[in-house]
Amino acid sequence: MTQFEVATAAVQAALDAGARYADARVMHRRYESMTARNGEIEALVQHSDAGLGVRALVGSSWGFYAVPDPSPAAARAAGGRAAKIAAASAQVPGPPIDLVPAGAGTASWSSPCRIDPLSVPLPDKGDLLVSATRTMLDHGADLAEGLYQIWDTEKWFVSSEGHRIDQRIRECGAGLSATVIGDGETQRRSYPSHRGQYGTSGWELVDSLDLPAHAARIAEEARALLTAPACPAGETTLILGGEQMALQIHESVGHAIELDRILGWEAAFAGTSWLDLAQLGSLRYGSELMNVTIDPTIPGALGSFGFDDEGSPAVKRDAVRHGRWVGVLAGRDSAAVAGLDHGGSVRADGWSRLPMVRMTNVGLEPGPHTLDEMIAATDHGVLMDINRSWSIDDKRLNFQFGCEIGWEIRNGKLGRMLRNPTYTGIGPVFWQSMDMLSSESVAWGTPNCGKGQPGQVGHTGHPAAPARFTNVRVGVRG
Amino acid sequence: MSLDAGLTGAATSPAETDLALRVVAAVRRAAGPGAQAEAYVSHRALALTRFANSFIHQNVAEAVTTVWLRLHVDGRTAIGSTTLTGPDGLADLVERTLAAARLCPPDPAWPGLAGPAPLHAAGSWDEATAQAGPAERAARVRDFVAAAGGLECAGFCRTVHRSTGFANSAGQTAGGRSAEAAMDGIARTDGADGVARQAADRLAEIDGAALGARAAVKARAGRHPVDLPPGRYPVVLEPTAVLDLLQMLARHGFAGKAHHERRSFVRLGEAQFDPAITLVDDPATGGGLPFDAEGTPTGRTVLVDAGRSTALTHDRRTAAAAGTASTGHAAPGSVPWGPVGQHLRLLPADGRQSASGDGPAAGGGGPATGGSAALLGGVERGLLVTDLWYTRILDPRSLVVTGLTRNGAWLVESGEIVAAVRSLRFTQSYPQALAPGAVLGLGSELSRLPDSWDDTSWHAPALHLADWQITGGAAG
Repeated sequence: MTQFEVATAAVQAALDAGARYADARVMHRRYESMTARNGEIEALVQHSDAGLGVRALVGSSWGFYAVPDPSPAAARAAGGRAAKIAAASAQVPGPPIDLVPAGAGTASWSSPCRIDPLSVPLPDKGDLLVSATRTMLDHGADLAEGLYQIWDTEKWFVSSEGHRIDQRIRECGAGLSATVIGDGETQRRSYPSHRGQYGTSGWELVDSLDLPAHAARIAEEARALLTAPACPAGETTLILGGEQMALQIHESVGHAIELDRILGWEAAFAGTSWLDLAQLGSLRYGSELMNVTIDPTIPGALGSFGFDDEGSPAVKRDAVRHGRWVGVLAGRDSAAVAGLDHGGSVRADGWSRLPMVRMTNVGLEPGPHTLDEMIAATDHGVLMDINRSWSIDDKRLNFQFGCEIGWEIRNGKLGRMLRNPTYTGIGPVFWQSMDMLSSESVAWGTPNCGKGQPGQVGHTGHPAAPARFTNVRVGVRG
Repeated sequence: MSLDAGLTGAATSPAETDLALRVVAAVRRAAGPGAQAEAYVSHRALALTRFANSFIHQNVAEAVTTVWLRLHVDGRTAIGSTTLTGPDGLADLVERTLAAARLCPPDPAWPGLAGPAPLHAAGSWDEATAQAGPAERAARVRDFVAAAGGLECAGFCRTVHRSTGFANSAGQTAGGRSAEAAMDGIARTDGADGVARQAADRLAEIDGAALGARAAVKARAGRHPVDLPPGRYPVVLEPTAVLDLLQMLARHGFAGKAHHERRSFVRLGEAQFDPAITLVDDPATGGGLPFDAEGTPTGRTVLVDAGRSTALTHDRRTAAAAGTASTGHAAPGSVPWGPVGQHLRLLPADGRQSASGDGPAAGGGGPATGGSAALLGGVERGLLVTDLWYTRILDPRSLVVTGLTRNGAWLVESGEIVAAVRSLRFTQSYPQALAPGAVLGLGSELSRLPDSWDDTSWHAPALHLADWQITGGAAG
């Protein structure tokens, strides 16, 4: 029996048990990670799983059931269980549910991959991390860490509307971090990001990072941070590097425009959103420079796919255009509730998890400036980069973020290195203060976006470039 | 109850232990008797009914068996895992993990396998909870919503049961199973959210109506909030807020790996906390299994004894590095932050435990729960806080944390709640908040609190702390 036939059996069983709609995903996933610490391999982990998740809509109530490695009989049983769970949901019913169209059809899609990351010899991958972490140790790190992760996912999606879609998505990435231990605090520098850079790509992405070339620098910077002056407290002009901008976009735009949050579906856990659907199309989110897109079609970006986990094809859409809020991340049911005409942003982190609204690639379109131009145009300010901590309220309005490193800016030039740089603000106020934006955009990957109950870990992408903000409160500490 | 090591203990999960034994045997057939191998097999059945806008919008269940294999051959180590538990899947697991180990660099810090040892306790088990269906969870959601008196509700009701087996080539075998239930929900009105939570070994103990009523009381008490300026405030943390302190201390303070790497503030033997603080990790008190992922028996670990830091949590690797013995905190697979306590208990003032999770609403139907009402009398001017939310560490060594209040905060003057307060941002060192002289009181009720993740348990009383740094308001 093919994987499509297994999924079809589950869907048919759900329909037979009373569902008016059902879909099923069979997924196979291989995962590999290696961590090195202080010049030695700390752990090599390889995981393999396969299973089926089936979703059933009975009346206006959903049910979901998942089983590993399903036989045809187990798949049929899972379909029946999903319908039974949906029927139980009807004990506490909600409003009628419709599904916006998803363009049913047959399709196949694969992410670009030049060098299969699982085929790269383990010794080569190990040598890369070992040598880079040794270099960090040699240059002052007390704790030198290196990591790579690889996911190879195949999935077969079938729906009662006629979808038959298969996809293969290969993702990988890597990164380094150097930590130094002081008397009362630690300092850390990372490359290229605080958890590494990831994409829907082959090992060529890791090769392009050239980890060894940056190992000595980040270790030395971490050591220097221990004795650097603390970021002064006050209100100033702030320039954020591209990696921190990716985090800023993820937390204060990406999550805020998730339609399930806006509708209250995440109210008890992840939270809601400060955005009100009545203001879609009119609300000023940021300055004229702010153009944010939802684009799962970007080749190689971590949030890219051919079709989401409801079978909706990848389509680029606007979220913010010239500072005005114009779009949301939606699924077929939430879009129908909101009166919108498209889903396209629903994914699950595995076969055993319910697909839900997730970021794809939510990115800021590049601007007309360069980082050097922004620094040169700043009389007094702070440059911060590489995220170290992030906290934001349940409406995605008030944030306080910390970076690994900062630099004073005086009279258009970078000055002293600053330790423990933090900044805080209110989303729309902050974004409306963005007055310069770089053209130097990178599609940063975030492999650890948590959401949902049971918990799910999402992979998202965030094209971002350095940007400048005015009148920002910096230097908050305990 | 005490279980012997070997198949006596395994009788509570024979299928999983048998699977573990078969994997270990397969490794030895493939790699010879010199190969060291351990297999940890967990069958986990999780069901979670989620509600929002007062209706069930997500309702999921899964039943998954996962096999973790860690092996050490020719001085090299690798970890593999799979959910494919048929003959082909297991053969592939053994083959690829062996191949990976042989390609890995040497592992000079390999701590060896756990030898045969008796287990100290059995996991809690309730057949009715294990067999509970979606209708039973939905009934509790219906009761929650009905008891909230028309307020908009959101949350979840969860049941989970696990059956776990372990075997290694050093002769240790073990088995155990556990079940647990939890409900966590909010009621919402006029922009104010009130929360109620409960975790228990048995679903029968989860009272949706009581929780819904309590959440509604708190939500109504949170209406018409006022803004409060930044500054230092005395604070009474309800048990739900104390949970965050316990989790941070467990992960970043008392984790053996963090300590070994000097990222932790903990200095063993020193009186780092107020004498009122005694902190214990004990899997037996909340659904934990009697052994860890390395087969080491789990037990009671006193981390802080009357203010003095006394112990860390270890697996075999971190214990070997520290020159001590494992405390039974190994997790399956590789965990970057190392062995962490997941069953912490902050002992209350007089050792009582609330029968209803985070305790009944006290103070004449006011918002203070879990014994916190009794602490308000000692507050001249300060805050009562229900939840700490989205907390992140600015620096692990000082354990300075920033986050926000959520699901209710109130201004307290002369021992009385005088107003609800809009959400506040804080930036606070947790060890400093609990330092000698900083703890002005502990509640006498111990509440068991659910986590977002199952297979954990947290017990806490309310805490009255002298100083908490508010650094801003959530609205700007």
